[in-house]
Amino acid sequence: MPPQLKTLLPFFAALILFFLIIRHFLIPESFGELGHYRANSIEEIGDLPIHYAGKSVCIDCHDIEAEQQRNDSHASLSCEICHGPGAKHANDYEVKLIKSGTRKDCGRCHNLHSARKIEAVVQVNIQEHHTERENCIDCHNPHAVWELKE
Amino acid sequence: MGAKRINKSRRRFLKKSVVAGGTILATSGLKPFSVLIFAAKEPEDTLNPWYGIGIDIEKCIGCGMCAKSCKLENDVPQEPFYFRSWVEQYTIKNDGTIKVESPNGGIDGFSQSVPDNEIFKTFFVPKMCNQCAKSPCTQVCPVGATYESPEGIALVDEEYCIGCRYCIQACPYGCRYLHPEKKTVDKCTLCYHRITKGLKPACMETCPTGARIYGDLNDKDGELSLFLKKHNCQILKPHLNTGSKLYYNELSAEVR
Ligand code: SF4
Ligand code: SF4
Repeated sequence: MPPQLKTLLPFFAALILFFLIIRHFLIPESFGELGHYRANSIEEIGDLPIHYAGKSVCIDCHDIEAEQQRNDSHASLSCEICHGPGAKHANDYEVKLIKSGTRKDCGRCHNLHSARKIEAVVQVNIQEHHTERENCIDCHNPHAVWELKE
Repeated sequence: MGAKRINKSRRRFLKKSVVAGGTILATSGLKPFSVLIFAAKEPEDTLNPWYGIGIDIEKCIGCGMCAKSCKLENDVPQEPFYFRSWVEQYTIKNDGTIKVESPNGGIDGFSQSVPDNEIFKTFFVPKMCNQCAKSPCTQVCPVGATYESPEGIALVDEEYCIGCRYCIQACPYGCRYLHPEKKTVDKCTLCYHRITKGLKPACMETCPTGARIYGDLNDKDGELSLFLKKHNCQILKPHLNTGSKLYYNELSAEVR
């Protein structure tokens, strides 16, 4: 073996060793377990907190509204469509939820719109429909829509 | 004589054990390199879920609750208008021109902008990540921060993302954005944190008409498989061979 190589060999060996050590510390734990990514991040994403509790949680407490809704045309709707995300409220009753029922709120689904299939949803012109009252819920009970108030 | 023979066989034994020991040591040393050897694959194990999505355009009423609840569930900034999930309205006018609109992504609903007498046909198209099986977005990531989970959901590792925006460019459906505060890329996870807890994704929980479903494509009797069997479903941009798993019923050819 030429003497130059002999002197360089330990140098290269040290370099490669150095690279391997650095590499060992740079690659995070669980990287490559399932693929070219950090396998632990799947769990981290799965552990994120939820905001929408789901209808089954709501009707555990609010049985009167649930009963009303079950027998009316809004039966299939989730409570949180109108009341907003309720996971915090489910854990702490002090956290209040919104009550929607203005012309704008109900109009999201029920305002006359040519792209809405007429068989998919009941539609009215929310600007013209019973203008003597301000909000939809002044007449309609959103849990039992055809129970009209006086 | 005898002592010599014993010595020989002992030497052979020692040699063999050294080779065996060396091989074990070398392979254990190679283990960290399994990352380099890995190649992407679809799961052969059909017992695990392989998620897909179905959207019924016939049922969608364009209320935009899906887009709104998505923002609230996943802490997507309300403004500027970035989306994981949004709704578009397509209007094909009598003169043949096509108008596509999506005011604030639909989070506040839609009001009619084209008068009835000019409209030939109009419909809503809710959009979200297609959870592609051959996702271009995950292929381009230089650091391995975005990937397809074993359930077939394209996820982003926030810790590892360097915010280079390469994947935003690569997604042909515009489903990714750079989170303005975190400075990492964010996208639809099919509410991974909800479906693993047995809840529906937020957009499907709040869709009043049941226009959106998700399900396991491996489950041949599942809700999604039935949806695919019953309807004439299409995916977006099939020519790009992204392996999209978002199936639309009644998708018009005008939709891009
Ligand atoms: S739709 Fe875009 S972000 Fe989603 S998996 Fe496909 S390429 Fe990736
Ligand atoms: S929530 Fe359902 S009906 Fe409303 S816009 Fe979204 S998909 Fe359409």
